[in-house]
Amino acid sequence: MSQHLKSNVIPPSRQREMPRAGLTWIGQSMKRVEDPRILSGKGGYIDDVAVPGMAHAAMVSSPHAHARIVSIDTSKAKALPGVIGVYTGDDMATVVDPCPSFASPPITQHPMSIGKVRHVGEVVAAVVAEDRYIAEDAAELVEVEWEILPANVDIEASAAATGDALLHPEDRESNVALDESFSFGDVDQHFADAHTVVKRRLRWQRSSAQAIETCGVVAQFDPFKGGYTIHSNSNFYNFIPFVIGGSLRVSPGELRIIPVLTGGSFGSKVFNHKIIILTAGLARLAGVPVKYIEDRLEHFTNSDSHGSDRLYDAELAVAEDGTFTSLRFTVMDDYGAYLQFGVGTHGNAMAQVTGPYQIQSFGMRVIAVLTNKTQQGPYRGFGSEVTNWVMERMADAAAEEMGRDPVALREQNMIQPDQFPYMIPTGNIYDSGNFQKVLAEAKSMFDFDGWRDKAKAMRAEGRCVGVGLATCMERSVYGPTEWWSLNNKETPGFTLTSTPEGITVRLDPSGKMFVTLNSPMVGNSPETVVAQILAERLTIAPEDIVFNYSDSQSGFNGVGPQGSRFTAMIAGACVSAAIKLEERLKRFGAHMLQRRPEDVELRNGTVAVKGLNDQEKPFGEIALTSSFFRLSFPDGEEFDSGLETTAVYDHPLSTDPAEDRSHLGIFYPIVGHICHIVAVEVDPGTGKVEILDYAAVHDNGTMVNPRTLAGQVWGGTANGIGTTLSEQFIYDADGQFTNPNFAEFAMPTANEMPRNFKLGHVETPSPFTEYGIKGGGEGGRLGAPSALSSAIEDALSDHGVKITSLPVTPPILRGLIRDAEQGATA
Amino acid sequence: MTKVSIEVNVNGRTRHATVPPRMLLSDFIRHELSLPGTHVGCEHGVCGSCNVVVDGRAVRSCLMFAVQAEGAEITTVEGLAQGDDLHPIQQAFWEEHGLQCGFCTPGMLATAQELLAQNPDPSDDEIREAISGNLCRCTGYEFIISAIRSAAAKLRERESETTLQPV
Repeated sequence: MSQHLKSNVIPPSRQREMPRAGLTWIGQSMKRVEDPRILSGKGGYIDDVAVPGMAHAAMVSSPHAHARIVSIDTSKAKALPGVIGVYTGDDMATVVDPCPSFASPPITQHPMSIGKVRHVGEVVAAVVAEDRYIAEDAAELVEVEWEILPANVDIEASAAATGDALLHPEDRESNVALDESFSFGDVDQHFADAHTVVKRRLRWQRSSAQAIETCGVVAQFDPFKGGYTIHSNSNFYNFIPFVIGGSLRVSPGELRIIPVLTGGSFGSKVFNHKIIILTAGLARLAGVPVKYIEDRLEHFTNSDSHGSDRLYDAELAVAEDGTFTSLRFTVMDDYGAYLQFGVGTHGNAMAQVTGPYQIQSFGMRVIAVLTNKTQQGPYRGFGSEVTNWVMERMADAAAEEMGRDPVALREQNMIQPDQFPYMIPTGNIYDSGNFQKVLAEAKSMFDFDGWRDKAKAMRAEGRCVGVGLATCMERSVYGPTEWWSLNNKETPGFTLTSTPEGITVRLDPSGKMFVTLNSPMVGNSPETVVAQILAERLTIAPEDIVFNYSDSQSGFNGVGPQGSRFTAMIAGACVSAAIKLEERLKRFGAHMLQRRPEDVELRNGTVAVKGLNDQEKPFGEIALTSSFFRLSFPDGEEFDSGLETTAVYDHPLSTDPAEDRSHLGIFYPIVGHICHIVAVEVDPGTGKVEILDYAAVHDNGTMVNPRTLAGQVWGGTANGIGTTLSEQFIYDADGQFTNPNFAEFAMPTANEMPRNFKLGHVETPSPFTEYGIKGGGEGGRLGAPSALSSAIEDALSDHGVKITSLPVTPPILRGLIRDAEQGATA
Repeated sequence: MTKVSIEVNVNGRTRHATVPPRMLLSDFIRHELSLPGTHVGCEHGVCGSCNVVVDGRAVRSCLMFAVQAEGAEITTVEGLAQGDDLHPIQQAFWEEHGLQCGFCTPGMLATAQELLAQNPDPSDDEIREAISGNLCRCTGYEFIISAIRSAAAKLRERESETTLQPV
């Protein structure tokens, strides 16, 4: 181990339920508990919420990328019948303060612009009216006088901008919001000693999640109680009161956030704090409950959830025998107009930046650049999808420069099965894995050798067919140091270290089990997962469990589905709750059976005497007796009525970053592995890529529900295919966002998906989580872009086309082919 | 704005209403008839989440005005299940894991109804073609295709059970 990692000691495992064969419910592809109500149209999404006296909001949005607001005339809008009020940023500022910011020092963002706008779509005024139609009519009548400012669109140009082109002259004297350098291990020495230094300039352009449901809020303000009641489709409703209370000028306890079923997130609804503050402020100003649901255009242009937009200058140090020794890069990231989460997306990438390879050191300079675009937020992968692609592009580049087979070179550098837990140069660990097994499984499933021969033969016939393979990491179960560990050491910001997940379990007198969760359903399967785990641990049937969701006042300790954490974390909470409930069940049951608690066990939903088949009490009878017949039990608070327990599970394995940032600590250690292999054919005349064959093998540890995990892999792969081949946000030179709609931002339809997708699983259980579960919500998008890029480059190898920028839409790829052809003939 | 009286049959029930001529059918179904199972994803006819079955055809309810539905028979997702029995298409989506967040699902179900009414035994490519106007961001479509294939088999089986065979 490198000297710089010596202080980063791996804590002991807190695993209580060992991974094992012969489980009853864990590992079954059980039908989802959530589905019947959703399938019958009774899910209850945000736009289904209606409260008495509710009015509707519509926004007046900026048509300019960068402009001063000279004046706003709301008189015509206010005069329209049915309008309750029209409000500007100055009005809004009388009831709310700026949005919270994880950037440190912060970049000021108002929920409604004051003084100037910094991107197209930014809200400058809002109408509250009796219905949405009237509100939109009135919004059209608001007149704004603008003074246009220079628009920053290009990442490098914006970094050098001055004067009127500065976005936030009051917060920063430059459009560079953060510029930090890190060195983990002896990077300089490794590069000095390298036989070959592979260099590439790589570009990853922005897109976003675009869940089919947009964000929305229904907010009410009660001036006499001094608080807000808010329905929101945020993923993080038990945490945001503590983040936005200040903005709303109330204590967190005066915010009641009520969750709803959420129509997809993929990161885009993690916080939703701006839309909550905005709508809550309108409710307070208008004196009525207000509903605001983004339309699709607003979701594209103002929802603060654009994905990474990065330019890398990357270098890989390679020894003569092909050993990768060090990786370093300078990365500029176009964060858009604000910096809500700091450089958390780069912090995330530090979890697995060196991929599945034994790379000894890593160095980085990260430059966060502000431009006149919608700001970034999370999108499936949260920055690690980009570094996976960078690492795999560099591995392919190294193979090419050294004349090596790209797969053999990967295998040579891979971490071996006996090296786990493996600490990478940044200080994060990979808890377990068997990358060789995943690779072998994927190659066999795909008939990799056969396909490579076939592709070669097809290329000999003049067809552009190629095969690509990627071996990538899928970190899961995040620790929050990713948000702040890359901030300036002197101003690290809010150095949060908790990511708990809680659960309440009550066995009611009828024998039904009522479970309250503290994180919402966003398309994952929280109820199904909990049903399977509680059924397993407590020997009951999943159908005897009924689910509820807390609100932010009745619950606590929920961080939500993000960072592929929920299944592993809630499994921990389930085990803790089950241990507590088992103790109570045994105490009451043993008394009813006239035995000692140590003489009974849980068996098929009963407390039963060990070794005897006919002496048992069903849970329902114990629950009934313990709830309604107190005098049947001894005195003492251990026999207090009822069977209810609340349990919280904390992050299973994390350590703090080193004070001097020589390492970042362990923060994202439950690590899966994926291998994607794809065969493609490129039409050189149009630049269109057709996927001929696809195989993906994922190792997410112990699988709770193979079918729902497969759904996550499939869905993530579809996102990755879109990211690679079709999805691109196009800004023109004036900062106009030219394609913010579903017709022109081309997400894959069923027709773009591979016809014969083969999916495999390897199970390497985690030694640190309950039952060995790892997260698996992001893997598809973490692997597909790398494999596809490799395949396209292979397909066009005769043309000399290199894939150094994503996406490669047909016009872009056609352009690359044309440039290569012209270069060859010139 | 002058309102217009309309009469439509929704899920087997005749509904009378007076609506502004510009009210979208999607808003009418969701907010006037209180049938929130029909979802609005883009409001410009691309995503298909708002699909409902109007006179046997799956249509974008965000691209129709409510007044254009005068006299029509409409089936929304709320009209599929009979009591606590899910419709075979819904059942197939459940069994095959054809949904994750469920937001696009009512539109998918409407499209599947139209397809399977016209083509009881579609090939996978025909299913792909039929749902290519419905966007789903969760599933990658594979299990939706499985679900529609399975629903087709269920419906064919139900048809053969209810058709009197010659003796």
